[in-house]
Amino acid sequence: MSLRTPPLRDVHDDAGATFTDFGGWEMPVEFDSIREEHAAVREDAGIFDVSHMGQIEVSGPDAEQLMQRLTTNDVNALDPGDAHYSSIVTADGHLLDDTVVYDLPDRDGFLFVPNAGHDEQMADRWTTHRDDWGLDATVENRTTEYGMVAVQGPNAPDLVADASAGDVLDLSMFETTRTEVAGVSCLVSRSGYTGEDGFELVYDNDHAETVWGAFDCQPCGLGARDTLRMEAGLLLSGQDFDAESNPRTPYEAGIGWTVKLDTEFVGRDALERAKEEGVDETFRGVVLLERGVPRHGYDVTDGDGTVVGELTSGTMSPTLDEPIGLGYVSADFEPGDRVGVVIRGDEKKAELRTPRFLD
Amino acid sequence: MSFDVPSDLYYLESHEWYDPDTGRVGISDFAQDELGDVVFVELPDEGDALEQDNQFGVVESIKAVSDLYSPVSGEVSDTNTDLEDAPELVNDEPFGDGWMLEVEGVEESELDDLLTAEEYREQIE
Repeated sequence: MSLRTPPLRDVHDDAGATFTDFGGWEMPVEFDSIREEHAAVREDAGIFDVSHMGQIEVSGPDAEQLMQRLTTNDVNALDPGDAHYSSIVTADGHLLDDTVVYDLPDRDGFLFVPNAGHDEQMADRWTTHRDDWGLDATVENRTTEYGMVAVQGPNAPDLVADASAGDVLDLSMFETTRTEVAGVSCLVSRSGYTGEDGFELVYDNDHAETVWGAFDCQPCGLGARDTLRMEAGLLLSGQDFDAESNPRTPYEAGIGWTVKLDTEFVGRDALERAKEEGVDETFRGVVLLERGVPRHGYDVTDGDGTVVGELTSGTMSPTLDEPIGLGYVSADFEPGDRVGVVIRGDEKKAELRTPRFLD
Repeated sequence: MSFDVPSDLYYLESHEWYDPDTGRVGISDFAQDELGDVVFVELPDEGDALEQDNQFGVVESIKAVSDLYSPVSGEVSDTNTDLEDAPELVNDEPFGDGWMLEVEGVEESELDDLLTAEEYREQIE
């Protein structure tokens, strides 16, 4: 299978990026250094090409009902121009994906953004259920037509405001508007994946270079995106949960707040039972108290050799200069408890934290 | 992009270098660039025995974990403890202050199994 290529690939190549296969897309992993790019986002601003994210539009008389029945959050509570974070689960209540759902500000309909490589699966899921339920809705996979960039960091709001025709500084978190950026019509949302203030912009791919070029800030790759999201304790679909290899409910994954049991959706009954029964394991952060780097797949122990969990992500935090990890640990343990992380056979001392490591 | 390949060193295909004058071992300029920001280096203890081509430690960057292989057999006579607090030295000076360990008791015949600078340069080009 050949890799899907973002429209800005040559622009990134000219900027000296190295590339990686991510969800079937050839995406920039690093421009300068992960540490430099990470610091720019924490201290100033950085721009990410996130065109690998899926983009699926749902419109028509029953669009709202279709969205409501296939995502766990309450789509009815959205007004045009609102967006929210949500989950997509199996009938067993296990996460297939996490996503942002936009109630489009300028016309009837929704856009939702599944993770890289999931767009076709989700478009199929939406059309199959639409047909099974006899709903009148149009599902269009726009992933290869739309591009997306994220401008993130404390100075990102000013950068985006300067480039925008409309007022974007008034947008609150997850609020969305359509405005021109460098003359290009963009869906602009105050959201991101770094733990910083910032915006995500969706636009027609024909104008990708114009939008990318409108922001004079550090270009950042997926490497920095990963370290930034880990510090913020944000889940990575396919790594921190996976319906096949690591099935987790939203409650286990720490995003139970995206589940509104007073709505009807696929998986609702299973999640109601899961909530009543409680979780055996919870998504936690760990900080190593000894030298080493936590990584995906490493065991978490009670500090005395007994395995009580497993890490799903980990790195050396560039901001905190501490080795941090994320993973699932027995619900018997709380943040602040001492645990162990097994690195190449050695049990290293560690402390449990809440998943968000930033102040 | 061109990388520094000092001509007086010997190399493994897995990108470690050996300096027969000092007995020092490290990783190449090419390797540190491929790894990106180095954040952790795990080295053997002084006195440990090394076998040519066998793993002797681990180097970790922000994004990846990589095994380190010994270019030569011998005994570890010193390790670069500066890397505990400043692993970025591997990025900054891979052939200088970013060295990893010193080996003694090396049989000169083992150098025949290593790549010369010219051969290594061809490998990474």
